[in-house]
Amino acid sequence: MDAKQIIVRRVAKELKNGDLVNLGIGLPTLVADYIPSDINVILQSENGMIGMGHIVDGEHDRNLTNAGGRTVTILPHGSCFDSAFSFALIRGGHVDVTVLGTLEVDQHGNIANYMIPGKMVPGMGGAMDLVTGSKKVIVVTTHTDKFGNSKILKQCSLPLTGMKCCDLIVTELAVMEVTTDGLKLLEIADNTTVDDVIAKTEAPLILAKQIGTFSAN
Amino acid sequence: MPQSKVIAKDKFKSLLKNNMKVMVGGFMTDGTPEQLIDAMVESGVKNLTIICNDGGYPDRGVGKLIANGQVKTLIASHVGLNPNVAKLMNSGELEVQLVPQGTLAEIIRAKGAGLGGVLTPTGLGTLVQEGKDVITVSGKQYLLEKPLGADLALVDASYADNFGNGVNIGTTRNFNPLMAMAADLVVMGTYDVREPGTIDPSSVTIHGVLIDYIVKIEEV
Repeated sequence: MDAKQIIVRRVAKELKNGDLVNLGIGLPTLVADYIPSDINVILQSENGMIGMGHIVDGEHDRNLTNAGGRTVTILPHGSCFDSAFSFALIRGGHVDVTVLGTLEVDQHGNIANYMIPGKMVPGMGGAMDLVTGSKKVIVVTTHTDKFGNSKILKQCSLPLTGMKCCDLIVTELAVMEVTTDGLKLLEIADNTTVDDVIAKTEAPLILAKQIGTFSAN
Repeated sequence: MPQSKVIAKDKFKSLLKNNMKVMVGGFMTDGTPEQLIDAMVESGVKNLTIICNDGGYPDRGVGKLIANGQVKTLIASHVGLNPNVAKLMNSGELEVQLVPQGTLAEIIRAKGAGLGGVLTPTGLGTLVQEGKDVITVSGKQYLLEKPLGADLALVDASYADNFGNGVNIGTTRNFNPLMAMAADLVVMGTYDVREPGTIDPSSVTIHGVLIDYIVKIEEV
């Protein structure tokens, strides 16, 4: 199984019955494929929808899209609204979980995912509001970049999307909780070791008393 | 009975001026009145300040005005799906002001609702905070974000009566009802203009009293 699938399958286990969840565009969107069928998770899309279904390929209904501009379905319990209401939901603490990708995340729970000055400035879209207002913020990322550098840093260097806002980091190697004392290693993938995870993590890790495992197969 | 607000595209073009501040509804062009943008491109008005959720695509939405060199400043939350924006920003031909999406919605709403601003925790400790007042209320910090209005708003309705009571189906609502409140002149684009009395008043998402003109968009 590739890194992305390992990550999103593990993240899906964090979701509880009845949660209102915002999944970011890209990797986080894939979490929806692994939500257990015995729990009911309601997806919010910041462009103005609760009860988002699946992306519809090959059709072109401009009346129902996700935040990435792709055509989607809406489930029977769904509803639509304007952007002020959508972000009142988000900022007002009505969204239980937000899952988003990142460029950098650090031991303090700082997230940087909206610009690389001079190189890439896509903008924050709804991310700053989501990390500020959601009850639980889960960052998903590969543990290292394509050059092998750790993406779990001591301190973010890029402009921040949010300060001390991340609650949980899930990579293909580890699940780490952001605590006031730093990052706590809760689980590792069953194809790695604690020493390997420590070696690939720039930020210091506090080891949980019992470190669990999750499947990488 | 109020007079119909439907005007021809040429009359709409005559309302456009250089240096205008223009709000455009839509989210990645979902709920954007594309043919009103086409008319702006045809008119050739320049030095525009465009306020929109995003930068559209190179050939769709406000991206068409950007590609045609008509935009001086873009105020948006996300510009990542239009590579022209980054190119023109780096060459200094386009000024881009990035605003968090929820803040953008709320400062437009504040303008339309007559409020002096919004206190939001969004952006604290980030570049968004630069130059803004931080206000503490009951021990919590907030940024003071000031209202944002415009000379002209272009809004989209899935259908509307000729007084301008419009309905946005699905996710086409987004910024449209907010922008209809926040500009001096508000023009609605819609494919489907109906007689007054044929739309359920409680399903209206953009209210006719806010609309100055309606342009009936031709099916393509």
